[in-house]
Parts: sequence; structure tokens; C-alpha cells
Amino acid sequence: MTVTSAGMPATGAAPSANGAAPAMPVSFQRRVIRTGLLGAVIALYLCMVGIVPIFNARPLVQGVISLGQAALILSLFATGFVATRRVAESSGRLIADGAIAGGLSGVALSALVLLGSVVDVRAFLPNASPVLYGILTFNLGTIGFWIPMAAGAVLGGLAGAIGLASPRMRRSLFVGLISLFALGLFAGLIRTPMLQLPVAELARLLFASDGLTLIGAVVVLVASVGLHHVQRTRRLDLQFAALPPSRRRRIQVPLIALAAVMILVLPQGLGSFFAQVIAIVALYVMMGLGLNITLGLAGLLDLGFVAFFAVGAYTVGLLTSTAEFGIAQWPFWAAVPVAVIVAMVFGAFLGLPILSIRGDYLAIATMGFGEIIRILAGSDLLKPILGGPRGIINIPKPIEVPPDSFLAGPNQIYYIALIGAALIAFVAWRLRGSRLGRAWIAIREDEDVAEAIGINLIQTKILAYMLGAAFAGLGGAVFAALVGSIFASSIQLMVSINVASLIIVGGMGSIPGVIVGAIFLIGLPELFREFSEYRFLFYGIALIAMMQLRPEGLLPSKIVRREFQHGGGDEPPESSASPLAL
Amino acid sequence: MKASLIERLTEGAIVAFLWLLRVAVVLVVVVGSALTIMSGRYSLEVYVGLVVSGLTLGSIYALIALGYTMVYGILRMINFAHGEIFMAGAFAGYFVVTASDKLGFLNQGAVSAMITIVVAILVAVAVATPVALLVEKIAYRPLRNAPRLVPLISAIGASFVLQYTFRGLFGPGIYSYPTVDFLDRTLPISGIIVRYVDVIVVISAFVMMTGLYLFVMRTKLGTAIRAVSEDKDTAALMGIDVNRAIVTTFGLGAAMAGAAGVLYALLFRQVFFMTGFVPGIKAFTAAVLGGIGNIPGAMLGGLFLGQVESIGPTLFLDGFNVPSPNQLKDVIAFTMLVLVLVFRPSGILGERIARSRA
Amino acid sequence: MPLLTATAVTKKFGGLTAVNNLDFEIEQGSIASLIGPNGAGKTTFFNCIAGFYQIEAGQIVFDGQPIQRLRRDQIAHLGISRTYQNIRLFANMTAMENILVGQHYHLRSSWIGAVLGTKGVREDEGRAHREARRLLRFVGLQNKGDLLASNLPYGDQRRLEVARALANKPRLLLLDEPTAGMNPAESQQMTEFIRHLRDELGTTILLIEHEMRVVMGISEKITVLHYGQKIAEGTPIQIQTDPLVIEAYLGRGSAGTAGHEATAIPAVEATQGGASAGPTPASA
Ligand SMILES: Nc1ncnc2c1ncn2[C@@H]1O[C@H](COP(=O)(O)OP(=O)(O)OP(=O)(O)O)[C@@H](O)[C@H]1O
Ligand SMILES: [Mg+2]
Repeated sequence: MTVTSAGMPATGAAPSANGAAPAMPVSFQRRVIRTGLLGAVIALYLCMVGIVPIFNARPLVQGVISLGQAALILSLFATGFVATRRVAESSGRLIADGAIAGGLSGVALSALVLLGSVVDVRAFLPNASPVLYGILTFNLGTIGFWIPMAAGAVLGGLAGAIGLASPRMRRSLFVGLISLFALGLFAGLIRTPMLQLPVAELARLLFASDGLTLIGAVVVLVASVGLHHVQRTRRLDLQFAALPPSRRRRIQVPLIALAAVMILVLPQGLGSFFAQVIAIVALYVMMGLGLNITLGLAGLLDLGFVAFFAVGAYTVGLLTSTAEFGIAQWPFWAAVPVAVIVAMVFGAFLGLPILSIRGDYLAIATMGFGEIIRILAGSDLLKPILGGPRGIINIPKPIEVPPDSFLAGPNQIYYIALIGAALIAFVAWRLRGSRLGRAWIAIREDEDVAEAIGINLIQTKILAYMLGAAFAGLGGAVFAALVGSIFASSIQLMVSINVASLIIVGGMGSIPGVIVGAIFLIGLPELFREFSEYRFLFYGIALIAMMQLRPEGLLPSKIVRREFQHGGGDEPPESSASPLAL
Repeated sequence: MKASLIERLTEGAIVAFLWLLRVAVVLVVVVGSALTIMSGRYSLEVYVGLVVSGLTLGSIYALIALGYTMVYGILRMINFAHGEIFMAGAFAGYFVVTASDKLGFLNQGAVSAMITIVVAILVAVAVATPVALLVEKIAYRPLRNAPRLVPLISAIGASFVLQYTFRGLFGPGIYSYPTVDFLDRTLPISGIIVRYVDVIVVISAFVMMTGLYLFVMRTKLGTAIRAVSEDKDTAALMGIDVNRAIVTTFGLGAAMAGAAGVLYALLFRQVFFMTGFVPGIKAFTAAVLGGIGNIPGAMLGGLFLGQVESIGPTLFLDGFNVPSPNQLKDVIAFTMLVLVLVFRPSGILGERIARSRA
Repeated sequence: MPLLTATAVTKKFGGLTAVNNLDFEIEQGSIASLIGPNGAGKTTFFNCIAGFYQIEAGQIVFDGQPIQRLRRDQIAHLGISRTYQNIRLFANMTAMENILVGQHYHLRSSWIGAVLGTKGVREDEGRAHREARRLLRFVGLQNKGDLLASNLPYGDQRRLEVARALANKPRLLLLDEPTAGMNPAESQQMTEFIRHLRDELGTTILLIEHEMRVVMGISEKITVLHYGQKIAEGTPIQIQTDPLVIEAYLGRGSAGTAGHEATAIPAVEATQGGASAGPTPASA
């Protein structure tokens, strides 16, 4: 059983996209109202869950609009847009409908403001606070209760009006807004390194310390719309595809080289916070590639991955720590292979009993293992060895360097994780094309048939667990070195869920998918500290949406059309149909 | 047979390992119990007390387990978000009990306390059921025909969304249930200590489970649910509204879980956004233990798990002088889950799910 | 000496006895067929041989060795391969990969060797790929190796499944309704192909088939099952005239009207004598 199954029915995502017939007036009016009410619920949700007030602290465009406001505006706008989509109507009607739907959502917010002025429910609903009401009314207080209503109507009407624009214009506009959003979010990340380069002035002009400047916003909007327009009219991608391969390579190779150099110099000049973030992303890429073998190739949903992570981390901790529980004070590099081997042994022993368990039972059983290991690590029983909740501290850095070296701090972890990821990717790629990799995929596809073909399920599955465990152990080892300590509280079920989610969101069985998944699910939430409280909310939404819209992931593994590089020269020509070669 | 020596050795090793595992578990249980009992550290009262608290906890697990078992029976899917439905019930109950406390009604005697509890349970059911139906509609219904991993992952997602929605709404803090004096009083039986809360939890759980059992066995809709669990396609052909049966199943499971949330919170007197996680997994364990898809099995499994968890740490581990054995009660529960999945995947009473394989 | 001998095999599902006290033999190098009405227990018997089901009673001996207690992969290693009534290819693998994975047992490379890319592994893989391409050609899929199995047309999927089974170099090949869903021309091709397999490779073949044209055309021995029991066994001619068989197929009361038998069991087709020289599906 697999998520990447090509034959998967495209299960209905949004309620019947094209199906909504050029509707009869009655149901059509009802739909506007219904969309408006749905929008109201969503807007209220954004407020009460705390997304609006908390994200309000982060500017998108300095002094103009915050992320929290943007979220609200987006939801009102989307309400109007959805309410007027796919309806062939007069322009006035479209705008009116959008305004009604958006306004309806706004009314709910207005009601919230009024209600808030009467009763104080902050004891239960901490987000129903004056801060929220201030955002909703531009700090006018209760007198400004009409503002959300009006804003909703205007935005909804605007969204209806957009429906009148030509599709091309609409798309350009969306591209502009999306670019604005993205660059506003990442402003800090882009600005910090630019400040160290000759383009510092430009950076200051376009980016504030958080978010874009007003000038920056205009520049981004104009530039992205312009670029999109050029792409639309000139079709650069088609031009590129039409080039002869040699010319194409002449463009591709420098681009790839540039990307490689970027990846290598990425942590330099980012400051230790960003360096830490990308080190963590690289760490998760590494573990994701490891679980990708167990889950992506062999189809075994292992939610106890953190157990092997723990084994790797504690092994390194025990072997290298110079503090209380250290037993050997080895250097990191000597401890890593031991950690990997110990993790592999654990993988085999935990894998053995659960060999015959399938599918969702397996997920629960492995999760049970993860919990067992977590509880044991923090228990008084193992406290004399593992330090209980206080854990093992003073784990030395892998490479001792002066603090101003390019390998200082989290940077070296980044490079180590990068090397680890490259190593794992290489191993995974080699295995994928080997006898064992094919056997794994066969097991994933149909376990019974795979066995009937002569594949020993026991050996093959155990190997999948062992290799997955080895890479998780490696991840744990690097993690221990990154943090410099290992506590029972680092062994969270969430580590397993993080790794499994990033594979699923990125695309099972696909190496680029793992990278994209790690950036989205690990990098983004780490980058926005405000975000971090909501990380799992976004995970949840991402997982649900993903399963309905794109169960194969963002970047699923392409069916590798391998030139059969192994066969080579000495085969008979295709035409000599000699059927008997057995 | 040209099986290589290595192959045969590994196979032998695997069989040996699995046997070793069984022997080790039996040894720990038997020797540990013997050592504990012989040490005479605990009086009979202590054991009786553990049995009582195991019964209380177990009946809550049983209530939650019903939802898992019924949904699994009908959709072949682990409703990962079920623990969060339970948590929603606990939250809803919190607000009722707190309101009653604020109004000065709660502690006016047994009757007012009982009225509050009944109202809390009703409100919890009224909150938990629509939440579950919403989850079913948004996260599961579109995936009914997808490969089995797909709805499972969607369920994990739904579980996150619910947890962190509650966290966003009510904050990360722990809400303490107000003290209900009546519940903490003990029954006037000499020798053993049984609090009223235990009695109330056990009785309410049994009343609800009996109600559910009768509903499923006796009513037309209950029959429809059983028919759909047996064979969805055939049931549809026979004119049963499959969708209605599925939605009802979710609703019933959620009602039980919501009520269980209140009972759990009365017992442990606190609720926060992660309250549902561990009891959820435990209750799933109970469902597997009893044989998934099997309603009496879920009840039995819940009671059994409650006992093991309550008595287990003291009885099995204390004899070995394990420090703070109660830390390891979840280890015992999860070990049991794995053991059941490995050695008796169809549970104590057997699965009620026709397995169709080539 | 028979290659496979089943003695008193019984398989029950709850109260239903799907295979009842069945004795069966197949000679080395022969083509035999298993026929019978729907639900007669034919596929169940295949599943018993291939280790999908544990039998309740009886014995199955392959090449002198009892196999009823072995795992599926061990049975495959002994040289029994099968296809499935409802095609069970690895849908997300290419046609080529399906055949490569079918050779699993005959490849020897270890995973460490694969990671290091040792010479032995490269040679092993090279052989495997050459072999896979030959098999693809053999079943007429030479240009379709890169296609996903699930994207192949129905007939090609059936042939790919046979090729995957052949990749295990079987001595006994079990084919479950190889011509199901094929048009007469295709099923004629498949018949030729099966005969060709036996003649050229010496593979012993046991097939389940509803298409009487096929069955009568190529079988040397036919066994008829009805409610899990063997009701007749013999050459095509014997089977066509057996009153029990006719009754099983046409129901009670029709047994006497031998004239009708042709509708159910058509007479033997005029088979082309030199089947081995005949066109294979590949070259057709
Ligand atoms: N896994 C199973 N569980 C329960 N009953 C089964 C199972 N497999 C087969 N049966 C039953 O056993 C009987 C024999 O089935 P089998 O598939 O062997 O028939 P068959 O001869 O192959 O029929 P067909 O020509 O339709 O393929 C049928 O009544 C079927 O319903
Ligand atoms: Mg059949």
C-alpha cells in the first residue's frame, strides 16, 4: 500500500470545481450567503486562535501592514473571491455579491468587537483581548466597530471586481501578491547576508529588519508583475526547452554550480540564529532521507523513528561527554560509527517482533516503541546511566575551532549534516537501483506477491529497518553535537512525526521532496518564532490538504526513466528476436 | 531446498528471539509478582485500592476505545483524532463545572454535584459530537476510497489541528477542575477505600456502554452499522444508507469519548490541549487488545488495560526494586500493545473484521 | 515421475470446503489444465500449491519434497512461479523493473556491494538487465520496458505477468486464467505462446482456463473440479464426452443431450502441428 499510487482516484478536493453549474439564481444567492458565513467562521477562527494578534507583531511591509492584518485581509478577500467565482454575471452583480459575502464575514468580526466591549472572556479565551480589538478597529476602540464590516465589504467587492479582469491580468496580480508575501516573510533572511556585501545600501532600501520597506514593496510588486508578464509573452521556459541540448547545458551547468556554491556559503554571514536554523533543516533532511528508505521505498510507516534518533544521540553522549555520565571521552568522529552501529542493532531488534504487522497497525506499534524508549530515557530506572531528565551534558563539538572560524558554532553542524545528507542520498540512490531496492518497492506495492516471487520478507524488511535506524542514529549523533547535550525531553514523538510529515509533504521516495519538505515544515516554523506555537497547526492543515489535493507530495519521485546503464554494449541488437535466452 | 546456512541461522535466531521475548515477559511478570508479594511491602488494602483505581481508569479507556473500534470496524481506519475529541469533551465539561462552581451551586451537596456532572456530560457530548462529525466530513470523507495510509495521515493531521486549535483558543496552560467535595468522599465500607468519584465513573461508563450496545444490536440504525461494517458494497446494494451509518458511527464514538473526557477530568482534575493524546493511544491499545471491530472486546480490553496499568508497576516491577515503578506504567501499556500486535493481532475476543486476501 | 503430486488436499474456509480431498499429479514437461465452474476451487488450489494458504489436510510434494509447510518465497525458490487471476503487477514499477524484481532470487549482490558499486554487483546487474530485456522481447514488450506496469494495456499486463513469473526460471508455471479478458485473436496468441514456452524451455505448465478453445487446444491432461472435488480427469477427448462434466457445466437434466456439448465445450480446434515453429506473440 502506498501513497504514491498512480491509480489513486483524485478524491474530491474543493466542492466540485467545475461542477457548479451556471447556477440558478436561488441557489446562487444562497451560495453567496453560505460562503460569507464560512468566511466569517474562518475570520473568527484566525482571530480567536491567535493568529491575527500574534502575527500582528511581525510587519510584512514596514509601517504599512503586519502579517496578522494580511492574514485577515486575505481571508476576507478570499471570501469575496470564492463567492463570485465561476458565475457568469453582470459586473455590478459580481461586485455586489463579493461585497455581500465579504461584508458578512466582516459583520462577524464587528460583532466580536462589540461583544468584547461588553464582556471580558480573556480568562478562557486569551486572544479575545484589547490587542485583537485594536487590530480590528485600527485602535479606534468600540466606536470603530464598523471598520471590519466595511473592510470586508470593500475587500469582497474588490475580489468580485477581480473576476472581471482578464485571466492573464489576474494571474499577474496574484504572482505579484505572492512574491510580496514571500519576500516580506523572508526579508530578514535575505537582508542579513546582503548587508555584508557591497549591496548593503540596496538591502537597507528594500528590506527592513523585519519585512519589506514601502519602497521595497513597490519594487517587488512591479518587478514580479513585470517578470511574469515577460514570461507570459515570451515564454522563456519554452524557448529554453527548444534549445539544443548543448546550449541548454551551457545554461544549466552554471546554474547548478551557482546553486551548489550558494548551498556551501549559505551559513556564512547569516548570523548564528539563521545558521542554527539551516543546520536544523539540514539535520532533518538527513533523517528524512533515512526514513525515506523505510517509508518511501519499503512502505513501512515507522512512527518510532525517534527511538533510533535517541539511541544515536545517547551513544554519542555517553562516549564523548566530558561531564558526569561520559564513559569514554572519545572524540566525536570515533563515536559516530559506534552510534550508527548501535542504532542499527536496535533497528534489527525492534524490527524483528513487528515484521508481520502491516500498515496502520505498524504505525501504532512503532509509535509505542518510540514512547517506550522516551519514557525509559527519562526514568529513574536508567538515571544512573543516562542521567534521567537532567541528561548528558558537555558533549564536545566535532571540530574544535576558534570562535571566528568559518566552522564555528552551528556552521560546522550544517556542513556535517550536509555531508551526512549527501552520503545518505547517495546510499539511497544506489540502493534504489539495486536488487534490494527493487525488493523493497515490491514489498511496498504488494507484500504477498513480493514474497511469492521469491523475496524473503523477513530479511528484506529487517534490512529496511536497520538502514533507516542507522540514518536516524546518525541524525541523533549530529543532533547531540549540535546542542552539546542530550536530555530525555529531546526525545519527543514529535521528532518522528516531523520526519514522517516532511517526507509525506515533500513526496515519498523523492530526494528533492525531502529537501523541500524539510524547508517547509522545519525551516519555516523555526524561522518565525511567532510561528512556532502554530507549527503543528500548520502541519495538520498541510497534511490534511496534502492528502486530498496531492497525496503523492509536492515533489514526488519521477518514474526514473533510467537509461539502462548497466546492460551496456554486448547485447544482441533489438531486431534479432531470439526469444530463448534462458 | 538450497537455503543457505546464513539464511537458516537468521531464521533460527528470529524464532529464538521471539521465544526469548515471550519467556522474558512471562518471567518478569511471574517473578516480579512473586517477589513483590513475598516482600510483604503492601497490604491487601493497597492491592484492592489499585484494583479499584484500575477499574475506574479502565472503564474510561473502554468508553474511548469504543469509538476507535467502531470507526475501525466500519472504515478500516485508525481515527487518530479520537483522543482530541475526548479532549474537547473534557474542555466542555470544564466550563460547565467551573460555571457551576462560580455560581456556588457545585458544592451544595450530592444532588447539586450530580446535576452538574450530568449537565457537564451532556454538554461535552453536545460539543464532541459535532467536532467529530466536522473532522469526518473535512478530513476523512473525501478519502474513503484512497489507499489506507492516506486517511491515516489525514487523521494525524486532524489530530494536530484540533490540539493546536484548542491551544490557540484556550492557551497552553493547564486548567484545573474545581474541587467537588462530594466526589472525594469515600464509601462507608470499612477496610477498603472507594471514593464516590470511582463509583460515579464506573457506573456512568457502564450505563453508556450498555446503551451503546443495545443501540447497535437492537435498533435499525445499529443493524445498518453492523451491516456496513461487514461489507460496505453489499450493504449499499441492499439499500442501506452507507453514509448515514458511517456518520452515526462517528457520532456515537464521539459521544462516548466526550463523556469519557468529563469523567477523566473529574478523576484527574485537570485538562489542557494535550490531554487527549496519551489516553487516546491507550484506548486504541485497549481496542486492539479486545479485538478491533469488536464492541464487547473494546470494553473488556479497556478494563484489562486499566488493571494492568494500575497494578502492573507495583506488582511486576516493585519486586525487582525498580525505582519509581509508576513512571513506567506507560511502558507496560505500550509493551502490551506491541505484544498483542505481535502474538495475537486479533485480540482477546477476536476481530470482527473479515480479512480478504488473495 | 510426476513433478508435482498433491494427495488428499483439503482447504476449508469456515464451513465452506473450497478444495475437498483432492488428488492431483502433473508430469514433468507436460501442459495440464484445471477447469470447473465458477467457485469450484481452482484458484484456491493454486493458492495452496504456492503457499498462500495453509492446507488443512493432505500433502503436496514437488520434485520429491513436501512443500505444504514452506513459506511462499521458499516455494518460489524451488521453482514454482505463478500468475494471478486478477492481475497483480507492481503497479508503480516499470515493466522492466517488474521483471528485474522477478529475478530476485537469482541475483546475488549484497546491499553493501550495491552501495559500493563493486564489480561483481555491476556484472550481476548487467546480466539481470540483459535477461530482463530478453524476457520483454520474449513476450513482445520490447519497446515498453520503461512504461509503468499500470499504464500498459490489459493484454500486455497479462503477458508482463507471465514474463515476471518466467524471470524466476520456474520448473512449474501456474497460470490462472491467462486469456481472461482477451479477444479471440489475442487468446489464440497466448495459446501459441504457452505451447511455445513448454516446447522450448521445457517448463511444466498448469493452467486454469475458462476458454474451452484454449483448454482443449493445448492441454495434455484436463482435471475438472466441481465444488472442490475432482469429478473427472483425462485427455481433452475424454473430458468432452464425460457425462459428469457436462452435467456440472450445463446443470442437471442436460446430461443426456450430448448434442449440446459443443456449446459448452467446443471440439478440439484443428491445431497447427508444428507449434514450436509457430509464431510467438513476440514476433507476431
Ligand atoms: N479467502 C477466502 N475466504 C473465504 N472464502 C474463499 C476465499 N477464497 C475463496 N473462497 C471461496 O472458495 C470457493 C472457491 O473459490 P475459488 O476462487 O477457488 O474458485 P475458482 O474455481 O477459482 O472460481 P473462478 O472461476 O470464479 O475463478 C468460492 O466459494 C469462494 O467464495
Ligand atoms: Mg479463480
